[in-house]
Order: sequence, then structure tokens, then C-alpha cells
Amino acid sequence: MKGIKTTIAAAAALLAAGAAQAEPVKVGMITTLSGGGAGLGIDARDGFMLAVKQANNPDLEVVIEDDQRKPDIAVQLADKMIQQDKVDVLTGIIWSNLAMAVVPSAVAQDKIYMSVNAAPSQLAGKGCNKNYFSVSYQNDNLHEAAGGYASSAGYEKAFILAPNYPAGKDSLTGFKRFFFGDITNEVYTKLGQTDYAAEIAQIRASDADHVFFFLPGGMGIAFMKQYAQSGVDKPLIGPAFSMDQGILGAVGDAALGVKNTSNWSKDIDNPTNAAFVETFQAEYGRLPSLYASFGFDTANLLLSAMDKASISDKDAFREALRAADFNSVRGKFTFGPNQHPIQDLYVREVVKEGDVLTNKIIGTALTDHSDAYASECSM
Amino acid sequence: MFSLFLEQLLNGLQSGVMLFLMASGLTLVFGVMGLINLAHGSLYMIGAFACAAVAAWTGSFWLGLVASLMAASIAGALVEMLIIRRLYNRDHLDQVLATFALILIFSEGTRWIFGSFPLFLSVPDFLTGTVILPGGSQYPLFRLAIIVAGLAVAVGLFLLIGKTRLGIRIRAGEADRGMIAALGVDIDRLYTIVFALGAALAGLAGAFVGTTQSVQVGMGEPVLILAFVVIVIGGIGSIKGALVGSLLVGFTDTMGRFLLPHAFATFLDPSSATAIGSALASMLIYIVMALVLFLRPSGLFGATS
Repeated sequence: MKGIKTTIAAAAALLAAGAAQAEPVKVGMITTLSGGGAGLGIDARDGFMLAVKQANNPDLEVVIEDDQRKPDIAVQLADKMIQQDKVDVLTGIIWSNLAMAVVPSAVAQDKIYMSVNAAPSQLAGKGCNKNYFSVSYQNDNLHEAAGGYASSAGYEKAFILAPNYPAGKDSLTGFKRFFFGDITNEVYTKLGQTDYAAEIAQIRASDADHVFFFLPGGMGIAFMKQYAQSGVDKPLIGPAFSMDQGILGAVGDAALGVKNTSNWSKDIDNPTNAAFVETFQAEYGRLPSLYASFGFDTANLLLSAMDKASISDKDAFREALRAADFNSVRGKFTFGPNQHPIQDLYVREVVKEGDVLTNKIIGTALTDHSDAYASECSM
Repeated sequence: MFSLFLEQLLNGLQSGVMLFLMASGLTLVFGVMGLINLAHGSLYMIGAFACAAVAAWTGSFWLGLVASLMAASIAGALVEMLIIRRLYNRDHLDQVLATFALILIFSEGTRWIFGSFPLFLSVPDFLTGTVILPGGSQYPLFRLAIIVAGLAVAVGLFLLIGKTRLGIRIRAGEADRGMIAALGVDIDRLYTIVFALGAALAGLAGAFVGTTQSVQVGMGEPVLILAFVVIVIGGIGSIKGALVGSLLVGFTDTMGRFLLPHAFATFLDPSSATAIGSALASMLIYIVMALVLFLRPSGLFGATS
């Protein structure tokens, strides 16, 4: 009898102690840390963990797992994190097909999902959800910006090129949404294709005045090296993915002068960004990439919400996230009605700083840009 | 249009020649040892990484090329002696499982040594630039050099197999391994040599292709799939079949990507012509493979079983 009383008293004391403190938040990060796409996931993780380390908030706990870029593994990890680790927030997925496998079921179980990269259109329009926040962008954004830039730079005839998969088709649709000239050729390549000789020959033969290409990862490296070797001199425009920091070193001087659109660049002029670039480089010994900046912003947004609300009050916590009351490395940052960012999209050019290839902002393609699907979202 | 066509023909030839370097090693190993080696793509990756690392370190592409040959053949010989040797008498499923494990080990090992970001490897300076083709179009000099080098290796391989003592042993091993062992040929050593030779060819292809593509973990697997298509078309174990199959796949793939969207555009609106054309183009080599298998179940030059 006495034993039970002591136990109850101890439990009550523990509960009281718990209530006095802020509620701890457990984050599950599912990202790609092995295989060919690992560079992106590692950057997102490092950016996220840099912000976590800087904040040094004892109430934030992060569990990190490798999805190997496989949807089935990502789903298993999400189930494990939700059921066993009891995480409150999920984040980290790089690829849209993995996001589509994980996000709808996670947000249906009332877990908050914050995207560090993938933001497919299905989750931005009719499929939007109060628990889903995209910190990066909506997938079409950078392509739309490329179209806007090509139009405003006076180009009239576009040769457009993307891999034959959903994100590739979205990319060309996004470009065409903001490009008002003619499309001379629209070419879809095989996903994972590594030789672009056939396409480059068509570019040479076409009467286009510029080339828009969306070829993420190794495909873009291969394309740019081969394009530079081919002697074709039509200007290249693309989204930032093929000109990102982790990739430029492998492309080499072939990338010099290529225009690309991005919502972040290491030379966006604000103190948060300057500090981010400096501390990231000091911590990891390399320049941060786009994905690192998304990871960093995601963690800081989460930390800002933890300061304002307790995770046990989901409505208040979501409200605190929606307020986006944090210092973004992108400068201004607000959420639209579908909880995707409203932001400026920049045009960058690949330049050489000393021996290092990197990007420099040369203009703004679209200002305060939202996305094409926000109006379909009813929340 | 003529110059575009010519350029595409050369592109097809170049892609076929590179595929041959991959497929010849794969088909030799299968023909002589009866082994399905999924890790052949990893040897290609090792060649590319060795070339990129040594070229970056010494500044010389040629030293990189030597390094790629050495790294791939040493890795091949070690793998044969330590692991593959235990698999000859097992069935194909065991071989597939073991060599698939090797893919994972090589991939993560490479990532562990070189990091997760792709490496830089460029064309040597005097091979940069373009040459003018008949018809006035330009063609990258380096691609021409790859075609010449690849054809030279193919000729060398045919001479090796057809005219040398080693070649006789390899062919004999293919025909009846029990008999040549009984005749006093050191079969273990022969197998190690064949495996290292196949690995060196894959490594060489990796180094060549690495200059025009991305040197990254996992680069070997897409090529491996194509190489399997090639040896299935050509007939498993036949070097001649590998050559014909490689060129067939190279030309079919390149010309399909180029011509099919145009062909559909003659009777469809441009956007659906592009969509159907490119979808069909990416299936084309598999359609060709299915046709060949339908007409000649053991491949073009395969032994009729």
C-alpha cells in the first residue's frame, strides 16, 4: 500500500516537473545518405543539424535515418519513427516520389511534415494539408523563374529538354507557363541517361536561340560536359539543381557562364545568410548548397515555433509554423495559403571565385512568387 | 539534315564501341567461367574513379588512364581470387546474390573513400575542340578519339583471342573446362587472368566515359544493364556477338531517340509525337532484344543449345 502511494507521488511529481518545462519535440529525419543521390541528403542533414547545434535547445531531439532513395524504405522508416520513436515532426525527404509515398499517410496520422526539398504539385493544390509545410518551394517554381527570365532577357525561341518522368514534365510545363516565345523543340530524355550526343546534335541543328534544360544530378553533369565539348554555343538556362555547389566541382569550367534560377544563393545579402555560409564552411569544410540552406531554414522555422507554442497543442504549433517568424537565409519568407513559400526567385550565373566555381546573383526573375496550385487548396 | 544524320551515326558508333568494352569482359567471364558477374559495373566505376583521382592528383589524364587499367584489373583479380573462385560450382542464383553484395560493398566503399559528391574528370587539352565533318557540321574531337581507341581495343581483343596461346586456352576453357584442366593448364590462373582482363576493359571504358559524364557512385549499374542486353542479343560467351550487339544497341538507341519523335510528328501533333516518340525510344533496345530472342533464342552468335 505504501509502495503504491510512493509510486503515485513520484508520478505526480514527474508530471508536474514535465508541465513546468517546455514540451520536448522529437523530429524524425528521413533522407538519402547512401548511394548516388547521397550528396543532396547529406547537405540537407548538415544544414539542419548546423541550426540545431547553434540553437542548442535541449528540448529538440533529432532521429536521422537513411532512405537509400527507395520509396519502400522511406515508408518503413516513417512507420518506425511514428510508431516506435514517437516523433512529432517528420522532415528530410529529397525526392518527390519518396515524398508522395510518405507524406500523405504521415499527415493523416496528425504528424507535422516539413519539406526540405521535394514539393510535388499533388501536395500543393487539392492535396494540401494543414500538417504539411514546404520550406523549400513548390517544385515548379525554379522552372517558372527560368521561363520568366528567358522572356525578360529577350529570348524568343527555346529548345527545352527534360527527363521523361513526372518531375521532368512538370518542369517543362512550369517553364512554358512563364515563357512567352516559341518552343522550337521539346525533347524528353530517358531518366538516368548519361549520353546526350543525340540531343546535342539536335540542338545544333535547331534554330533555337537558347536551351532550357532540367537534368538533375549526374545527368546534368554529363550534359554540361558534353555540351561544352560539342562546340555548340547557344546559351544554357536551367534551374539551380544542375548548377548547385555539390555538382559544380564535377562539371568544371564547362559550367562557367551558365544562367540558373534559384530561391537561394550564397550571396543573398542579409546577415543570417552571411553567418550561415561562414559557419557552414567552418563546420564542414565546404560551401553550402541549396539543400543545405533548406535544411538550415527548416530547423530554424521549427525552433521558432517551439519558442512560441507547445507541440502538445497542435493547432497553436501549426499556427506558430505558419507565422514563419524566423530569420530565413533567403531574407524575406512568408507562407502562402497552401503553406508553400511566397518568395523571390533569382537568376544566378556560374562564376569562378579564385579556384572555386560558384554562383553569383545577376538579377531577380520573379518577385514575391507563389505557385500555380495555391488557388486549388482549400484549407 | 545530312550532316545531322552523319553526326548521329557517329554518336551511335561511339556509344556502341564503349558498350563493347563493357560487354566483352562480361561475356568472356560468362562464356569461360559460366559466371554471372553483376559487379562488372563496379569495376567500371573503379576505373572512372581511379582515373579521376589520379588525373586530379598528377594533372595528367594519361597517368589517370594507366591508373584506371591497373586499379580495375587489380580489383578484378582480387575479387576473383577471394570471392568469385568459391562460386564457380554454385548455381546462378548464388552468384547473382554474391556479386550483388559486391556492388553494395564497392559503392559504399567508394563513397567512403571519395565522399558523396561527384568527381571532376576532363578531356586532355589537345583532344578538346571539334572537327568539321563532311557536310559542314562540327563533331567533338574527343568522341572521335574514343571511337578510334575503342575500335583499336576491339581489334586487339580479337587478335588476343584468335591468335595467341592465351586465346587458345580461353577458347578451350569455354568449350570444355574439365578437359583443359586434365591437359595440365593451370585453370585457376587462367580464370584469374580472364577476370582481370574483363575488369581492365570495364575500367578503361569507365575512364573514357568518365570524361564526358559524371564520375559518381552508382554510375556502373545503368551501363551494366545495357551490357547484359548486349550479350543477350549477341549470344552469351561470343566476343563477335558482343561487338555486333554493342553496335546494334548503340545505333538503335541513338537513332531511335533522334528519329522516332520526327517519325511520329509526320502524322501526330508535335506534343504527343514527342511524348510517344521519346517513350518508345527508351523502350526500343528492349524491343530489339525481344525480337532477336524470338527469332534466335540463343542470340545472334550464341551456340545453339
